[in-house]
Amino acid sequence: MSEAAGELKITNELIAKYDKDTKTVFGFWVYLMTDCVLFASLFAVFAVLRHNTYGGPTAQNLFSLPYVMLETMALLTSSFTAGLALLSAQRKRLKHTLFWFGVTFTLGLTFLVLELAEFSRFVAQGDSWRRSGFLSSYFTLVGTHGLHITIGLIWMIVMMVFILKRGLNDTTLKRIRMLSLFWHFLDVVWIFIFTIVYLFGVLGV
Amino acid sequence: MMHIFNLMASFWLGRLSLKALPPNPIQWFGASLIILVPGMIAVLLTVTKRWKWLYKEWITTQDPKKIGVMYILVAIGMLLRGGADVALIKTQQALSVGASHGILSASHFQQIVTAHGTIMIFFVAMGLMFGIINLIVPLQIGSRDVAFPFLNATSFWLFFFGMVLVNASLVLGDFAATGWLAYPPLSELRYSPTVGVDYWIWSLQIAGVGSLLAAINFIVTILKMRVKGMNFMKMPMFVWSVLGSMLLVAFAFPILTATLTLLALDRNLGMHFFTSGAGGNMMMYVNLIWAWGHPEVYILILPAFGVFSEVVATYSKKRLFGYTSMVWAIAAIVLLSFIVWLHHFFTMGAGSDVNAFFGIMTMIIAIPTGVKLFNWLFTMYRGKIRLDSPMLWFIGFVVIFTIGGMAGVLMAVPPIDFQLHNSLFLVAHFHMMIVGGVVFADFAAITYWFPKIFGFKLNETLGRWVFWLWLVGFLMSFIPLYILGFMGATRRLDHYSASLGWQQLFIVSGIGAALIGAGVGVQLLQFAYSIYKRKDNRDKTGDPWDGRSLEWSLPSPVPFYNFARLPEVSSRDAFWEAKKSRLKDRRKYEDIEIPKNTPLAFMIAALAFIFAFTVVWHIWWLAVIALLSIITLIIVRSMDEQTDYILKASEVEKLDSLYLKGAKL
Amino acid sequence: MLRTKRRWFVALALIVIVVLSAIYLANVNIPILEPKGVIADKEFRLLVTVTVLMSIVALPVFGLLIYIVWKYNEKNHTKKKYSPDWESNKFIEGTWWAIPTILIVILSVITWNATYALNPYNPIASKNSTLNVQVIALDWKWLFIYPALKVATINKLMLPVNTPVHFYLTADAPMNSFWIPQLSGQIYAMPGMQTQLYILANQPGEYNGWSANISGIGFAGMMFKADVVSATQFKAWASRTVSSAPALSLARYNSLIQPSAYVKTRFFSNPATNIFSQTIDKYMVADYHGAVQ
Repeated sequence: MSEAAGELKITNELIAKYDKDTKTVFGFWVYLMTDCVLFASLFAVFAVLRHNTYGGPTAQNLFSLPYVMLETMALLTSSFTAGLALLSAQRKRLKHTLFWFGVTFTLGLTFLVLELAEFSRFVAQGDSWRRSGFLSSYFTLVGTHGLHITIGLIWMIVMMVFILKRGLNDTTLKRIRMLSLFWHFLDVVWIFIFTIVYLFGVLGV
Repeated sequence: MMHIFNLMASFWLGRLSLKALPPNPIQWFGASLIILVPGMIAVLLTVTKRWKWLYKEWITTQDPKKIGVMYILVAIGMLLRGGADVALIKTQQALSVGASHGILSASHFQQIVTAHGTIMIFFVAMGLMFGIINLIVPLQIGSRDVAFPFLNATSFWLFFFGMVLVNASLVLGDFAATGWLAYPPLSELRYSPTVGVDYWIWSLQIAGVGSLLAAINFIVTILKMRVKGMNFMKMPMFVWSVLGSMLLVAFAFPILTATLTLLALDRNLGMHFFTSGAGGNMMMYVNLIWAWGHPEVYILILPAFGVFSEVVATYSKKRLFGYTSMVWAIAAIVLLSFIVWLHHFFTMGAGSDVNAFFGIMTMIIAIPTGVKLFNWLFTMYRGKIRLDSPMLWFIGFVVIFTIGGMAGVLMAVPPIDFQLHNSLFLVAHFHMMIVGGVVFADFAAITYWFPKIFGFKLNETLGRWVFWLWLVGFLMSFIPLYILGFMGATRRLDHYSASLGWQQLFIVSGIGAALIGAGVGVQLLQFAYSIYKRKDNRDKTGDPWDGRSLEWSLPSPVPFYNFARLPEVSSRDAFWEAKKSRLKDRRKYEDIEIPKNTPLAFMIAALAFIFAFTVVWHIWWLAVIALLSIITLIIVRSMDEQTDYILKASEVEKLDSLYLKGAKL
Repeated sequence: MLRTKRRWFVALALIVIVVLSAIYLANVNIPILEPKGVIADKEFRLLVTVTVLMSIVALPVFGLLIYIVWKYNEKNHTKKKYSPDWESNKFIEGTWWAIPTILIVILSVITWNATYALNPYNPIASKNSTLNVQVIALDWKWLFIYPALKVATINKLMLPVNTPVHFYLTADAPMNSFWIPQLSGQIYAMPGMQTQLYILANQPGEYNGWSANISGIGFAGMMFKADVVSATQFKAWASRTVSSAPALSLARYNSLIQPSAYVKTRFFSNPATNIFSQTIDKYMVADYHGAVQ
């Protein structure tokens, strides 16, 4: 924008368009804040219930840090590549954008598959969400994050179709910006999950 | 053979069967009303050939003014429903003494009590509030629309279908019999195995998500769409209070969403969040639900305060006194409302330090509230007070709110609360806050802004009757409840022993409720009569009360684009100042972007209803289809970039001159 | 003329209402205002103190409201001062930030002290030794166990006068709230948890008690009587019950927990040991072999 500002004729229409876009992105920030409160509630619930194992497995019995590290790496990398996708989009490089979204999608899917594999392992060994208050809150907190990731993945597919059909116009860019915000947000939430659920759990803090 | 049939039935229909139909005459009557009323509306629409009109003008509309009107219509409908509940509750409590067990079974009575609370809070108080916000906020900030019109329509329709779901429970199955906040373990599957609690969960969930989206919408609208020159300290006080309220919604409603979800997971997937046993913690639910529930009280009351700030200033022909104080008071209330939730359960057995802390925090809220009260009084001081009905509602509010507030401070002292908790004293207290505060303000607002939206005034004589019936009925209904509380009467009792001597007071309270009922009747009459006589009460100036804020600068009813030319603001009470200065208007007309009508918002909410209904009845296949359809519709909507159309400047000019001539379009 | 008549009529009606209400209130039993135990008595005194303090601030508001509305009414407005642009006065505004703040500071001190002094877990000093009673809220009746006396009752709380009583409360049902208004404020009885409450009844008599928290369809039928009698009568009752009433075995307890409401008073002897602690464990310990959901 800035390099072109000298030549750009600032019309009312342009201002209106700009206002509308900032409004949408700002609204998305507000939404993310409410989502933060949602996760905060689930974290609080987990904190209350994490020792209520009711004779079932504890966090130490259950979690394996290397496995979770793998998930974490997948998600962190995907956040990085989502950033690259946004950068490419801002430079109007359509193929690069699609490529990086493709990589992000694959990494996100990897994360999700790893998470579901972990869940099904727990369930298979009899440690499902029915077992104890601790496990209920574990599955719900981590599962809610997983659900967000799923939504993010669906959004990413739609986004890619949208880019293919419409190119990198202003609307697309605005939406890419919001998608990448969303993705980074989930990354941050995961850092908290990793620390509070897994790390503290295994360390027995 | 039978076995296979049953299996098939339980796959296709879940828990739904003929047994879900109402079991006794009173419930049959309720169910038939719920079917008959929409049925009659449908017949009426068909006879008058209005279906197309309904679709084009209302169902697909994106105009916040129309959406506001619909919110208020639904809320008035639900006021009647909640009022019918009151009639049954009061009759039962007057009759069910000693050997007699009244007209209702205990379970039915408890369902009615629960429905009354749920409906009055979520579908009456919230509905009236969001209705008025939709109508007035864009006008007061000089905006042509809200930030996200489509989202706004979706919010409304989610609210609407949440309401439909509550009422569906009258026809199929039962409703929660747990009290309006459904404390576990009573609300867990073990003690409430029927669909009642599920209806409660999902109707609140749908309506709650609607409220959350609406809050995001109005936060952005207020922060980003104010007219040129209107900085924060020049916003009308109503807008300030709505901003405070919407921030509270944004922070509090996600907690409700989470809590309801956890309860649903307990009930449907056998989880153990709030179960007694298996590591659940029921008191965590009580903490969570009040971490939402207490801010909810202020979510409702702040806009009410805002309404009174507008009404008092206008009817005293004077600036609002202590504007800055008022803003700080709102900010203080917003912050404090999140650190008082524990006062709803001092009797849990927490330590003295915890109880004392939350008690004192609760009392501190009385300070900003008191400040607001004094500011209103001094707005009237040295003013020219016109005692029209909105002003009467204000005076009634001050009286009732002060009494109720004193009762509230009493209960903020933990040892006193030990004696008053869960008693009818508490019931009287919160009715005085929510009816005397919120509902009175909403009625004042409806009277005050009615001409702005519809172009004619409401009949004032009938309006005064409504007020006096409400005021006398209300005091008569709730003062006895304070005394009953002192007598030890607890809430939600479907029966009591004759030796307690409570019956007379219950009867007096019932008569009071009947007077309120008469007030509601006169209110409906007032609407009908005012519509019938609308030609005599037409508001030709657009400014019938000598108003102060921007909405009064527009013709009544307000054109669909709100402002033909956007105003510029350089002070508080912008329109009041403009009237005094009489500067020549040099503003130009310009093109206006208007959102196109779309049925998608309605469809998404309708699918959310189908999803919720099928989850209640465990019809999983249809729930999955509904959910996938919602996702598809959202994607479809996101693919559409042509959601607006342009109204040319020349057309705006033409329309504007017609409006100014008083044409009815 | 009509207006004046109407005013007289309204004033008369108000007077009649006030007089009738006063006569009525003087003649009915209002438990919270007529405490019969030390705790309820202190709570009642606190209630009066706080009400008086608040009224000092709140009543002038009513006066001010009536005065302003009357004086600045448009109709009486001929010569009064009218200042449409007067919108702020830091001194006046400061005053009414200050007045409620001072009141709340006073109330806060009172609240802080009272909350500590009237914590339901505080033992009550007395020359008589404390009586322990275990309370279990069932669907929908109250079970009272007197471990030291080896007796138990349903829906009847026998208490000796002027003796501190220490309740331990839990529930084998949804949450209930244990309340005898004339003796003390309430406290929750929750499954899997234990709460405590101390009371001391200082006048003999029969007082009503009930559950203040909805707990299912029989909840209105959870009324019980608290019978405060002299120490000798109480001892006589206990020894009579020990010798004559049926024993409260675990099997009988398990049949008692079946839902029933409006249950008549029943007495038991020799309650099985640990009914109370086992009722809590049932919800809290994983390997308990009882019925857990």
